[in-house]
Order: sequence, then structure tokens, then C-alpha cells
Amino acid sequence: MCTVCGCGDAKVEGAKVEGHIHPHSHDHDHGHDHSHDHGHSHDHDHSHPHDHDHGHIHYGQGIAGVHVPGLSQSRIVQIEQDILGHNNDFAGRNRAWLARHGVFALNLVSSPGSGKTTLLCRTAEALKAKFPLAVIEGDQQTSFDADRIRATGIPALQVNTGKGCHLDAHMVESAIERLAPADDSVLFIENVGNLVCPAAFDLGEAYKVAILSVTEGEDKPLKYPDMFHAAGMMILNKIDLLPYCDFDVERCIAFARRVNPDIVVLKLSARSGEGFDEWLAWIAEGRRRAAAARVKVG
Amino acid sequence: MHEMSLTEGVVRILEDQAATHGFTRVKTIWLEIGELSTVVPESMEFCFGAVAKGSPLTEGARLEIIRIPGTAWCMDCSGSVVVASRIDLCPQCGGAKLAVTTGEEMRIKELEVE
Ligand SMILES: Nc1nc2c(ncn2[C@@H]2O[C@H](COP(=O)(O)OP(=O)(O)OP(=O)(O)O)[C@@H](O)[C@H]2O)c(=O)[nH]1
Ligand SMILES: [Mg+2]
Ligand SMILES: [Zn+2]
Ligand SMILES: [Zn+2]
Repeated sequence: MCTVCGCGDAKVEGAKVEGHIHPHSHDHDHGHDHSHDHGHSHDHDHSHPHDHDHGHIHYGQGIAGVHVPGLSQSRIVQIEQDILGHNNDFAGRNRAWLARHGVFALNLVSSPGSGKTTLLCRTAEALKAKFPLAVIEGDQQTSFDADRIRATGIPALQVNTGKGCHLDAHMVESAIERLAPADDSVLFIENVGNLVCPAAFDLGEAYKVAILSVTEGEDKPLKYPDMFHAAGMMILNKIDLLPYCDFDVERCIAFARRVNPDIVVLKLSARSGEGFDEWLAWIAEGRRRAAAARVKVG
Repeated sequence: MHEMSLTEGVVRILEDQAATHGFTRVKTIWLEIGELSTVVPESMEFCFGAVAKGSPLTEGARLEIIRIPGTAWCMDCSGSVVVASRIDLCPQCGGAKLAVTTGEEMRIKELEVE
């Protein structure tokens, strides 16, 4: 089982081979080239409020006290490693690759059915003549969404996470290798429909874009604060349905700002195209900056 | 959230560390889990029990979870305050402009090994 994603049976769809292939690069041999000694330089001066009055053994000295030399080989190793460290290593590599190639990458996160794929299809139609686009589609099963994207004429790769409930940076690395997005392109990553754990997994994107459809209720930013906290932008989708819902747009935005004061909010309909101009302009500006930064990197 | 995949991430780190530090058995793991991190400690302990059995390195290992309380800096009243969740308002002034300073940790702090 993949210990980064816990997915068990993730598959990255082959770009050349039609249908699914199992590259199962999950042997993880490539993971061992990162230096794991960076944790040791920590000098423990960060001031966590470790009052330790709640019954925990004080890890700084407690164990040393019970250690009887000669009777046990036990020793203490301080490692200070982030549990998501492996994912973050891959994400950092993805981010560096994307920067070198001037690729503007967005990680689209939402509940199932908020309209991510519909939004991407319309976006692809609107932008494909202007600059290169590519899409990584994450779903537990099926390649329906990648098929829908390809029908618009832009390259798409399906990643099936199997039991996994989120994309992780390792899956995205494999997908980027296969998809090989063009220099100065925009890469959209449609995450698995899930408002919970994709928040914790950095994929190397420039921004997470949280999509919330007005049929889901305006309380979602408070119910799933981590996701709206992690996102740079919230898109309120399906605004064509507002007349039929009780959705309070202003309340929703206030809730989102409460968990993330800086979040950018766009209101649009992926069906009617209302509000799309602002979204397309935002993407174009992000791409322009990413491309300009690549030129500087050289 | 997905404590199972996080737990497997922990075991993965232990495997790497075993090679680096030359140990063959982990007896105790001290994990720092922030109270704002959305990890449910009980669920993590449960998953760890299941995952640890699968390897001689971790079989029988004890998981000690150190909770790190949530604290934030309030931009309205310029003070450090204790928060229990990301959607808390400032307990001093009721303001919503809080920048979390601690409580998001998910870290392996230390190991007892042999
Ligand atoms: N009325 C309306 N329906 C929409 C809009 N956007 C998407 N839909 C519909 O919502 C349903 C789900 O849309 P998808 O684009 O498949 O949603 P998704 O987020 O990609 O779904 P998953 O990948 O399964 O999580 C479809 O029936 C769409 O036609 C919109 O702006 N307005
Ligand atoms: Mg979809
Ligand atoms: Zn997950
Ligand atoms: Zn305050």
C-alpha cells in the first residue's frame, strides 16, 4: 500500500496507452534520496506552549530517567519530522518543476458534484485558443471526467485513487511526468470530490480553488474550515440556481472570510457562463506572472 | 480525517529513520498533534495499533500523543489568544482577524528505539 496516500491501488492513466495502466511507481525507491537529516538541526528553541500538565510524559527528559544503561538498548532519537513531510517533499519538487516551466497550476477542491468538471470544460473552451492548457483529473474510479475534458480538445490525464479520498503530491508528480504540460501553460488539477483531506495535501499548486455550489448551503465554510482556510479563492458556482435556493450569498462570503480573511471570492455559473469573464481574467493574469517568472529563472 | 493514510506516513518515516539512525525496533513514538489540525488522536491511536502490527519495526510500539493547544494572534486587539477551533472569534475582543500561531502541528517529535 502506498504510504504517502494510503490509496492501496491508485492508478495514473497512461497518456499514450489508452485506458488505465498501472505504473505503480509506488515502490517508493525514489523517496530515499531526500536527506532526512534536516530535522536534526532543530535546536528546539521554538516556543510551543508545552505546559505538559495534562498527564503526558515529558519527552525532553522523562524517558532518559527510566533508562537503565546496560539493561536495555533503548535510546531516544529526536527527529522532528512532519507527518506530511513526504508529501511536502514531493509537492516541493512539483512546485519547482512547475516554476521552471512557467506553468500556472490550480488545485480545484470541492464536494462531489459542485461543478468542477463543468467549470473546467467551459474554461477550456474559452481559453484553449489563447494558451496551452492541461488537466489532471482525480477520481476514485472511472475516467469519465478526463473523457469530458478531452472532448474539448485539451490534454487530460485521469488519476484513479482507488480507496484514496484525495490526490497526493506523489500521484501528481507521476501525472505531470506523463502529461508533460507545455511551458507557460495552465495546469488544472481536479481533486477528488471531498471537502476534508485534500486541504492537508499540498500538490505543488499555486493556489487551491474551493468551489462551492449554491445548492450546498452557505454554512460550508464553517463546517469545513480547513478547506476554506487553505484555499486562495472560493468560487460560488451554479448562481443560475440562486432563485430556487435559500442560499445567502453574503452570509456565505462572511463565513469564508471568517476562516480566511484574504480569500478571493468569485460568483459564477459554469452552465450559463455568467461571471466567467472575471475567472478567465484571473487565470490569464496568474499565467502571465508564472510565465514572466520562468523567463527570469532562465 | 484520513488518519489511516497519516498513520502510514508515520510508519514510512519510521522506516526511513531506522535506516538512518540504525535501529530495528521502535518502542515509543511521541507525536505532536495540534488541536487545530483536524487529526482525531483517538482515531490516530486506533489506526496506529492496526498498522504497527504489520511490521517488526513497529510491532508493540506505544504511541504518545502530545496535544499542542491552539493559539492565535488577534490583529484587532494585538494580543495572543487561545483558540479551540479555526472559526473561533477572539475571546478578548470578538474580532475575527486571527492568525493561528500554534495548534496546526502534525509532527513526530521523538522516538524511543533499540
Ligand atoms: N444549474 C447548474 N448546474 C451545474 C453548474 N455547474 C455544474 N452543474 C451541474 O452539476 C452536476 C455536477 O457537475 P460536475 O461538473 O460533474 O461536478 P464535479 O464537481 O466535477 O463532480 P465530481 O467530479 O463528481 O466531484 C452536473 O449535472 C452539472 O451539469 C451550474 O453552474 N449550474
Ligand atoms: Mg468532476
Ligand atoms: Zn484523504
Ligand atoms: Zn482580539
